[in-house]
Amino acid sequence: MSTRVLPGFRLSLGITLLWLGLIVMLPLAALAARAFGLSWGDLWRVWSDTRVLNALWLSFGIAAAAALANLCFGLLLAWVLVRYRFPGRRLVDALIDLPFALPTAVAGIALTSLYATTGWLGGPLHDWFGLDVAFTRLGIFIALVFVTLPFVVRTVQPVLENIPNEVEEAASSLGAGRWQVFRRVILPELVPALATGFALALARGVGEYGSVVFISGNLPNKTEILPQVIVGKLDQFKVGDATAIAVLMLLVSFVLLLAINLTQRWAQRRAAA
Amino acid sequence: MSARTEPRWVRNLLITVALGFVGLFLVVPLVAVFWEGFAAGVKVYWDAISDPDALHAIWLTIFAMLISLGINGVAGVAAAWAIARFQFRGRSLLITLIDVPFSISPVVVGLLFVLLFGSSGWFGPWFKAQGIPVLYAVPAIVLATLFITFPFVVRELVPVMQAVGSEEEEAARVLGARGWHILWRITLPNVKWGLLYGLILCSARAIGEFGAVSIVSGHIPGKTATMPLHIELLYNDQSGAYQYNAAFACASVLTLMALVTLIAKAVVEWRVERKQRGDGIHA
Repeated sequence: MSTRVLPGFRLSLGITLLWLGLIVMLPLAALAARAFGLSWGDLWRVWSDTRVLNALWLSFGIAAAAALANLCFGLLLAWVLVRYRFPGRRLVDALIDLPFALPTAVAGIALTSLYATTGWLGGPLHDWFGLDVAFTRLGIFIALVFVTLPFVVRTVQPVLENIPNEVEEAASSLGAGRWQVFRRVILPELVPALATGFALALARGVGEYGSVVFISGNLPNKTEILPQVIVGKLDQFKVGDATAIAVLMLLVSFVLLLAINLTQRWAQRRAAA
Repeated sequence: MSARTEPRWVRNLLITVALGFVGLFLVVPLVAVFWEGFAAGVKVYWDAISDPDALHAIWLTIFAMLISLGINGVAGVAAAWAIARFQFRGRSLLITLIDVPFSISPVVVGLLFVLLFGSSGWFGPWFKAQGIPVLYAVPAIVLATLFITFPFVVRELVPVMQAVGSEEEEAARVLGARGWHILWRITLPNVKWGLLYGLILCSARAIGEFGAVSIVSGHIPGKTATMPLHIELLYNDQSGAYQYNAAFACASVLTLMALVTLIAKAVVEWRVERKQRGDGIHA
C-alpha cells in the first residue's frame, strides 16, 4: 500500500471529514462549549438534585436489568435459531429485527395499550396477580426489553454459526456431557459477543425515550427516566440545566462502557493464558 | 450426530420458550396496533389516515427520510471508499467518530440542535436575522434525522468493501480506467447489496425517529409534525372520541412500513447468502 494505485483518496476523505464535521462534530462542539461555560456551582446544583439522581439511578438500573434479561433470552433465541430447525424459523429470524424497524413511538403506545389494566396482558396480570405494569417501573422494563431485544441475538448469532463442529465432537468423544460441552466449550467462545450485545443494549436502553415515555407515566422520582428530565428542562427553556444532565449521562455511559470493555479484554486475556 | 445436539425434550422445550417469548414480546404488540386501529371501525381508520394533518405528516417524514438517504448515502459511499481502500493516520479514530451518533440518546441529539440554533445558540441569532426559521421548523427536523441516521450506510459498506477486496479496481486502474468509471462499473455493482442494506436500515430509522425530532420540531400539526409526532399528538389528545383509535390507525401505517423494511432486509440477506453459496461453488 506504499504507492496508492486507486484514485480518489483526497476527495473521499475530504467529503467524509466535511460531512462528519458539519453533521456530527459541530453539534457536539456546541454541547462541549456550553458545558464548559457552566460554572461548577451550576453543575453541582443540577447533578445533586434528587430528581436528577433518582432518574439517573432509574435509567441505568432498568436499562441494566433489561440488558440482563435480553442476555438470557438473546442467547436462547440465537441458540434456537442457529442450532434447531423448525417450521417458521426464517420468519422468526426476520421478526427479531422488528424493534429496530418499528418506530419507537408506535412500540410505546402499543405496549401501553397492552399492559394498561384494561389491556390484553395488563388486565389478567392485574386481576390474577395484582401486578400493575403500565405506568410503573415494570412497564419501563418491558419497553426496554422490547427495544433492546435484537442486540444480543444479532451479536451472538454469527459467532455461534462459526464454532467448528470438531471442537464439540472432540469434547464429547472425550466423555464430556452435553451441558459440560456447552458450559466449558461453547459458552467461553460466546462471552465476547455476549458482552458486546449487553453493552449495546445497555447504551441504547439508557438513552431510549420514545418507547418509554408513553408507558412510564413520568412520575418525578418514581418513574421518570433521565431523558425525560432533559425534555422537561428544555420545555422550561432551561438549556443550561439540560446540558448539565446530558453531560452527566454521557459521562456515566462512557465510564460504564469503558468498564465493560476492560472486563471483556481482561476475560479474553485470562482465557488465552 | 448426537455429539452436536441435545435430547429431544430439551430441544422442544427451548424452541417452545423461544417462540413463546417472540410471540409475547413481538407478535402480540404487532397485532395490537392493527386491532386498536380498526377497533372503532373502518371509517374512523380511513378518516384518520386521510386527514390533511396526517397526510402532511407522512409527506414530511418521507421528505426527511429522502434527504437522509441522499446525503448519508453519497457521503457514506465516500467514507467507505476512504476507510476500506486506504490506510492513513487517524483511520481508527475516524471509524470511532462515525459511530458516535449510535451511542448518544436521541434526546441529547435534540439538545445539540437547540444549542446550535436556539435563540442563544451559535447560529440561532444569525438565521433569525436572515428570517430563516431553523429550530421548531423543517430544517431542524431534517438535521436531527441526518445526525441520527449518520452511521448506517458506512457501517454496512466498510466490511463488505473489505471482503470484496480491491484487486478488480486496481486492475481496472492499471488498464487505464478513470476513477468515476471504477466506482460506477466495478465498486458499486460489487457492493450493491451492502449499500441497499445500509439504506434500508437508514430509512427505517429516519421514519421512526421520535426523541430528537420531538425536541426540535415544535409539534405544530400540519406544519412540523412528522408521523411519529402526529401519532403522539393524537394519542395524548383527549378531545375527540376516536383520537385514541386514530393514533393507532396512523401507527399501523408506520407498522406496515416497518414490516416492508423487514421483508426487504430479509430478501437482501437471502440474496447475499445465495450469492456467497454460488461463489463457493465456483471457487
